[in-house]
Amino acid sequence: MSHKVIIPIGPYHPLQEEPEFFRLYIEGERVIDIDIVIGYNHRGIEELSEHKHFDQVAYLVERICGICSTSHPFAYVNAIEDLAHIQVPERALYIRTIIAEMERIHSHLLWLGLAGHFIGYNTVWMWAWRYREPILDCFEMITGNRNHYAMMKPGGVRRDILEEHISPLKKTLDELNKATDMFYGAVVDDPVIKARLKGIGILTKEQARNWCVVGPTARASGIDIDVRRDDPYGAYDRVDFNVIVEKEGDIFAKTLVRIKELYESIRIIRQCLDKMPKGEIETKIKEIPAGEGIGRVEAPRGECFHYVRSDGTNRPIRHKIRAPSYMNVASNKIAAVGGTISDAAITLAAVDPCYCCTERCSVIRKKDNQKLLTGWDLIKLSQEKTEKLKKEMGL
Amino acid sequence: MNIEEKIRENLKEKIIDGYRYSQRRYYFSVKSSDIVEVARFLFNELNLRFSTATAVDTPKGIEILYHFSFDKTGEIFSIKVLIEDKKNPQIDSLTSVFPAVEWIEREIWELFGVSFLGHPNLKHLLLHEDWPKDKHPLRKHND
Repeated sequence: MSHKVIIPIGPYHPLQEEPEFFRLYIEGERVIDIDIVIGYNHRGIEELSEHKHFDQVAYLVERICGICSTSHPFAYVNAIEDLAHIQVPERALYIRTIIAEMERIHSHLLWLGLAGHFIGYNTVWMWAWRYREPILDCFEMITGNRNHYAMMKPGGVRRDILEEHISPLKKTLDELNKATDMFYGAVVDDPVIKARLKGIGILTKEQARNWCVVGPTARASGIDIDVRRDDPYGAYDRVDFNVIVEKEGDIFAKTLVRIKELYESIRIIRQCLDKMPKGEIETKIKEIPAGEGIGRVEAPRGECFHYVRSDGTNRPIRHKIRAPSYMNVASNKIAAVGGTISDAAITLAAVDPCYCCTERCSVIRKKDNQKLLTGWDLIKLSQEKTEKLKKEMGL
Repeated sequence: MNIEEKIRENLKEKIIDGYRYSQRRYYFSVKSSDIVEVARFLFNELNLRFSTATAVDTPKGIEILYHFSFDKTGEIFSIKVLIEDKKNPQIDSLTSVFPAVEWIEREIWELFGVSFLGHPNLKHLLLHEDWPKDKHPLRKHND
């Protein structure tokens, strides 16, 4: 005899890097319904944006997310440039494109690692994140930051890509190309990954259209959309790349789309580095007229949409932001229902819900002799701290 | 016939105003009572993709823009409606046309206080369920 059981996942759960609450209704092993409760991360960015001037908003929207942190400012500057009919210098368009594609690489590798972790295949997780690291190093070299690169500004970019950055970046891309061969082989040939991902969490083409999903989630269900090709921005109309589409709609197809997109991103960056002309990197903007503008960017997770309305003052009167996960997460209702409870974690993660927080381990040095602290030193420090706290609390 | 011409041709009795703002951005105003029919035509007949909806609190009333994307050409068609009654704003829900609109209607309901008639699940999306019923954070506070 079966009866209905409710299994809560979240709001704070070790498998989720962000607070979200899924209420799974289970009968036996099957998920028969799901409630998705969000809002734990709501920070009122749209309201905040109405109180910042146009230049400051780029910094604000960069902080919506730590992973696709350049997609939001990129979409925002596209909206402003649409609103005020601004022409951006050619070199800035190429630089924007390079940064956006580097972001796609690190984001897809991050997802691949997490997907491996979710299905209990931690080797994939470690390898994927090992190859994500050099890309973050390249970000640090070019922009000064590993996340939140602060490159986009209305009218152009804030920093140039210098001559000396180009060869280390190309070298990293060469290594990454080899690593992607390895990932591709590991996913396509591995029987465990196939067994866990094939035919799981299917979103059919019709469902994908009704739920208006975007990005790799849509492309894995046979919907051939990509803002980079369809509504070109940056330098995407000046480079050659393929839009990866798979038909199956299962998690395996979503994985394939993302891995194949790594190759395309590498190709795009290489072309940009070769074609990038010399010259100015920004157009000075005196004022933003009254009007409205829509900017879109193909973020790693899909179409990122910004609408800005100005009344001629120095602040937006309305700034609407729609991240790709907004459309994709809602479709989990379809993809997870009917599957088993053991597949729920990977199914819910397959749309690559956007993880807002990024962590980074810093190098700790002793002041006196510049020696790195060992793991054991850190444990000792932590034990000392616990002892101190215990004493203070009288335990 | 391109999409802009098809919209102008088929919806000519419903369009109050329409203009092209920039190369791939179009705006059309329709009456709020016509929105379900217009959305059904755009989504089912023209196969446009629903991107999202934006509500704006203006002195004349609450404006909602439904952004539809035609991905073959990269054009965005934004359908504007104006709800003049700011005390008790309401409009028909589009959930019967496509389910993707469910979340954004919940969001506009809580942030602007617009009731969507026929929405199956009109409850808080981003704010806590205890949030006061008469406080709508994205309304302008000058009226």
